Amino acid sequence: MAYSDKVLDHYENPRNVGTLDKNDPNVGTGMVGAPACGDVMKLMIKVNDDGIIEDAKFKTYGCGSAIASSSLVTEWLKGKTIDEAYAIKNSAIAEELALPPVKIHCSVLAEDAIKAAVADIKAKQASKQAA
Amino acid sequence: MSLNYYQLFDLQPIFNIALATLETNYRKIQSESHPDRFVTATSAEKLQSMQLATLANEAYQTLKNPANRAQYLLELQGITAISESNTHMPTDFLMQQMQWRETLEDASAAKDIHTLEALLDEMQAESKSLQADLSLLFDEKKDYSNACETTRKLIFIDKVCADIRKAIEHLD
Repeated sequence: MAYSDKVLDHYENPRNVGTLDKNDPNVGTGMVGAPACGDVMKLMIKVNDDGIIEDAKFKTYGCGSAIASSSLVTEWLKGKTIDEAYAIKNSAIAEELALPPVKIHCSVLAEDAIKAAVADIKAKQASKQAA
Repeated sequence: MSLNYYQLFDLQPIFNIALATLETNYRKIQSESHPDRFVTATSAEKLQSMQLATLANEAYQTLKNPANRAQYLLELQGITAISESNTHMPTDFLMQQMQWRETLEDASAAKDIHTLEALLDEMQAESKSLQADLSLLFDEKKDYSNACETTRKLIFIDKVCADIRKAIEHLD
């Protein structure tokens, strides 16, 4: 199976690989995994006081499409509000990367990682306000 | 009437199956449905024996492998363990996965076969422990929801094991 140029580009030059300080109250972490292919994806977002995502980092173990999907979303996330981030659909990721049907699940993984990271930051913010 | 895989081999539908019985009954069906026995048979009989042999193969491969067997047991309960839309796993398990994957990646890059072998041992121990859990969850507690999560973990572990073996072969 041939990867699209965009997948290859992200795979060979992944953007924003790394981690943020998980103890920072403004950092949300999303971790998801796909047992069938053994992929694991960790996405971290740093949100400023206006609710804008300032930084995003990822670490993914998996195939080229999974790495490209997570690399792409870190680019998309910067500058978005957390609600805009939450609205990102896997179909948009799959379309941008021209993923073939057998690799659509990689984009699902990336969408779910965003949702998990947003849920984490919202939970952190809620507990901050409660304190 | 179509038999499920357990019925085909005359086995109880449990996780902790008698592997020796599986082996014996599989060989029996294979020899009974062997093409050599059907040289003079009608084409309908030939087709039927071939279908039986194919089914027996599929059933044997499924029941022999613990992760496949667990998935099949869940299927019999109407539960799909693996779906592309289910990416949720316990965070601590995923963290652990990340660590194992990092160790695998670093050891492969450093051509450190000892670390790879130690990691493989650790994974195999982990796999055994998950299989013991599955035995308890399926056969005693009938706790299919936790069995499903444990099955997903076992599939993950199997994948890491396969990748470690590949890395070791690559270095050999």
